[in-house]
Amino acid sequence: MLLKLLTELNGTSGAEKEIRNALKKELEPFVQNMQIDKIGNLIAEKNPNHPGPKIMLAAHMDEVALMITSITSDGFLKFKPVGGIDSRILVSKVVKVNSLFGVIGAKAIHLQKPKEREQALKTDQLYIDIGAKNKEEAEKQVKLGDYAYFYTQTENLGQGYLKGKAFDDRVGCAILAEILKREYPLNLVGAFTVQEEVGLRGATVAAYHVQPDFAIVLEGTVSAHMLEVEEEEWVTVPGKGPAISIIDNSSLYLPQLLKQVMKIAEKQGIPYQLRKGHKGGNDAGKIHLSRAGVPTIAISVPCRYLHSTVSVLAEKDIEHTLQLVDAILKAIPQEFPLNK
Amino acid sequence: MPYDQNPLDYALLERLTQCFGPSGVEGKVTALIADEVRPYCDEIKTDSLGNLIAIRRGSGKKIMIAAHADEIGLMITHIDDKGFLRFAPIGGVSISQLPHRRVVFQNGVVGTIGVEKLEKLSDLKLSKLYIDIGANSIEECRQKVQIGDSAVFEGNFIHQDKRISSKALDDRVGCFVAIEALKRLQTKHEVYFVFTVQEEVGIRGAQTAAYALEPDLAIAVDVTATGDTPKAHPMEVKLGQGAAIKVFDRSMITHPKIKAWMAGTAEKHSIPYQWEVLEFGGTDSGAIHLTKGGVPSGVLSIPTRYIHSPSEMVDQGDVEGATQLLLALLEGEAVL
Amino acid sequence: MSNAQLTSAKEFLIRLSENSGVSGYEESLTPLVKNEFAPLADSIQQDSLGNIYALKKGTQGRYTIMLAAHMDEIGLMVKKIDEKGFIRFSTVGGVDQRTLLSQEVIIHGKEEVLGVIGSIPPHLLTGDEDKAVKIEDMGIDVGMPVEETKKLIQVGDIITLRRKPVEMLNNILAGKSFDDRAGVVVMKVCLEELQKLSHAHNVVAVSTIQEELGLRGAGVSAYTLNPDLAIAIDVTHASTLDTKGTVECELGKGPAIALGPNIHPVVYEELVKAAQENRIPYQVEPVPGRTGTDAWAIQVVQAGVPTGLLSIPLRYMHTSVETIDLRDVVLTGKLLAYFIAGLPEDLEGQVCY
Repeated sequence: MLLKLLTELNGTSGAEKEIRNALKKELEPFVQNMQIDKIGNLIAEKNPNHPGPKIMLAAHMDEVALMITSITSDGFLKFKPVGGIDSRILVSKVVKVNSLFGVIGAKAIHLQKPKEREQALKTDQLYIDIGAKNKEEAEKQVKLGDYAYFYTQTENLGQGYLKGKAFDDRVGCAILAEILKREYPLNLVGAFTVQEEVGLRGATVAAYHVQPDFAIVLEGTVSAHMLEVEEEEWVTVPGKGPAISIIDNSSLYLPQLLKQVMKIAEKQGIPYQLRKGHKGGNDAGKIHLSRAGVPTIAISVPCRYLHSTVSVLAEKDIEHTLQLVDAILKAIPQEFPLNK
Repeated sequence: MPYDQNPLDYALLERLTQCFGPSGVEGKVTALIADEVRPYCDEIKTDSLGNLIAIRRGSGKKIMIAAHADEIGLMITHIDDKGFLRFAPIGGVSISQLPHRRVVFQNGVVGTIGVEKLEKLSDLKLSKLYIDIGANSIEECRQKVQIGDSAVFEGNFIHQDKRISSKALDDRVGCFVAIEALKRLQTKHEVYFVFTVQEEVGIRGAQTAAYALEPDLAIAVDVTATGDTPKAHPMEVKLGQGAAIKVFDRSMITHPKIKAWMAGTAEKHSIPYQWEVLEFGGTDSGAIHLTKGGVPSGVLSIPTRYIHSPSEMVDQGDVEGATQLLLALLEGEAVL
Repeated sequence: MSNAQLTSAKEFLIRLSENSGVSGYEESLTPLVKNEFAPLADSIQQDSLGNIYALKKGTQGRYTIMLAAHMDEIGLMVKKIDEKGFIRFSTVGGVDQRTLLSQEVIIHGKEEVLGVIGSIPPHLLTGDEDKAVKIEDMGIDVGMPVEETKKLIQVGDIITLRRKPVEMLNNILAGKSFDDRAGVVVMKVCLEELQKLSHAHNVVAVSTIQEELGLRGAGVSAYTLNPDLAIAIDVTHASTLDTKGTVECELGKGPAIALGPNIHPVVYEELVKAAQENRIPYQVEPVPGRTGTDAWAIQVVQAGVPTGLLSIPLRYMHTSVETIDLRDVVLTGKLLAYFIAGLPEDLEGQVCY
């Protein structure tokens, strides 16, 4: 399954090579133009000469990770997060640094005072242990600026769920790759963007040179549907279908576009939900403001525990998201006019 | 319910709860129990700590049933010259719940717990509390109460529909279940019903009793908390859903074979039960299971709300269910 | 030491670590432990609480030496299944709540069910990130509707952390429950070494239960054996970046030999002597009171037992990434064997105060 392959690869903001190479290899037979732009986005174009609107679909290749910022005299690695990571999830975890395993340990409970246990450990108090005897030995294996990635296998969970790392946004990449393998009578550009997690950087560049008439951002988005969280805080619910964004911290989505999308979903009998939160952001934030503006929507697969070592999503949401995107593309331009 | 024809003697439960018996001074309670069980056992004895042991001779397994006779209370540590008493807690007494409670001494004297003026509520501590028995002077006080005397909390017995509330259901309801089972018991096993002392101050009586008896298996009958009141500490046990089989508390993890035996027996006899995971507290089995080379032990728990208050509450159905299950366990093969 | 010895110790430790055996539920480890010790012992027995005794007879057999290492691990227990199907849990043993977020777990219900202890995503945090998330606010996501969950899982089911051990540089291994499964491996290495040495006294290697809940198995098994001498084998803290100045023992510098009131002075001296005579690197661990190991319980059983303690240096105790140096494990086993073989025939005379 492409999702399993993509999520188990490692690539954070600015270091997306593994993912880019895998996608390039996977999609070469299906697209007419494939190029890597100046910031590292993988741009895959179909039917470049087709008349009519140019549709861009975007999904980002980078995941959150840790960057090694110093090596102590005993050979421990200090780090800073790439992208937003709650330091509390890092404790007692296994990471991969280059080809080595490392662990982020914690001071044993026996050595802590009771007050200590109530205080979260901050990133600058944590470190990675790779079993090196000293700085010299560690330096043979690891350089400053190398990355440490979460180490999690993608597997089935319970009934119809998957667990794994980097669903944000390898699930978007997997759906986009599948779309690109199909045929639509449209000029379609798949933009596998870089550096979304550090400020939507790749999307800014991609939108500028692709100059689309319409864009769809494919994401893995938050779901706080868990435990005691009140219903108004859930944002999305896994299993209830693709989540259509209405507002977030970088975009206000055009109501008329949203109405059209929902109409298509209802007509095709595809379940969907609205992304009911205003926090967080995605590539749409930069795409919709590119040059003179681009009508943009964002459709996401709900994921619990985003930006941690293990996230959870419902498999059928992937299927339904694919169906919805497919239906939207098929509806352009007759049933989905793109006049402003 | 099997007890419709042969009902449990709730008047006995009332007498048990209202009997005076703080940890260390359980004599009255054990005497009451001894009188009650004498016609039903082969031998009765008391050990050096005060544990009451009622024996049913047999040839099968040697099984110890433990229910503790003591309750929490207070001990007088000082009498001031105005006749006010200072005290120490006996067992798990909650300081914040003491102001203005009524206490009773062995000789029937009743006192009220008073509290010195506080700047703020969070200043409340043991040293700010005292007992007032209405004496005007230290001499008048000494006529009735001495330093070293213990007192228990008042809390009369109410049986309302299916709910019973009273002080000291912990663990007089356990003693009650053991006594009612003993009265009805027909078994081949050798069963020792031990009404233990000083459980509330550290499971002390059970330790010495088990050391002397060396049983093959043991079951303690005690109370457990519930999670079914508003914003309670999360817990699955509910009043009225049957006796609880303990999985875990701070003093013991129940051996998987014991759990399987207890649950299997309940299922075989269609007796409703619940699983209990208690995040605090302990029972006599906590001490018994670590005696000498180890004794496989379990706990049969009666769900109880407001433990260690003057108004603990149990459900009649749960009490009957516990009795039924105890009997079924003792009358079966007891093979693990 | 040979590579073969290192590899065999590593494999046993990995198998022990991957298995579940939370305090009170050590039954699932029993077949593995019994199988590993059977070829090295004259008899294997188990008592009613689950402690496993592997007896290796000595040439004389007048005295008995007890070795104790605990098999249990800390874990979690199902407390409640909420209406959304999330599992709320309690801890068994000293689990640090700060190590649980974003951790995969296995719930041992009617089947083994995979779960994830989730966390609220950073995008939705309101600024309380300085406080550790409390266990009452955590839940396990099993990806099933609540009715399905209740068919497989019930209150009281045990939960273990899902962690495959990982190999790092320099024979350093990280994984869960090395405390104290590494000690069980040490006992096996010791019995292996004793095959090549001659020893007068009987040796009983006891894999104890429920140490994490209060040294429960040790007291009971010591009572049953009433040994003439006992050595507990456990793990001790190894220094890390954030314990500078408070922890002296280091990974890779050999077994730590404890001394202090919990330890019989002659037993301590004999252990040091055995290390020096056989050129085994060791560290000294002074403990002014409770050692927090089975040695504390064993020392006061019946009429008392002369007790010693050997510890394997370990980083990040009670997390799912406990880290040890495999060479320390093998060296501890060898030291123990040389110590046993080197004891005089008149043991009683030797260990008086």
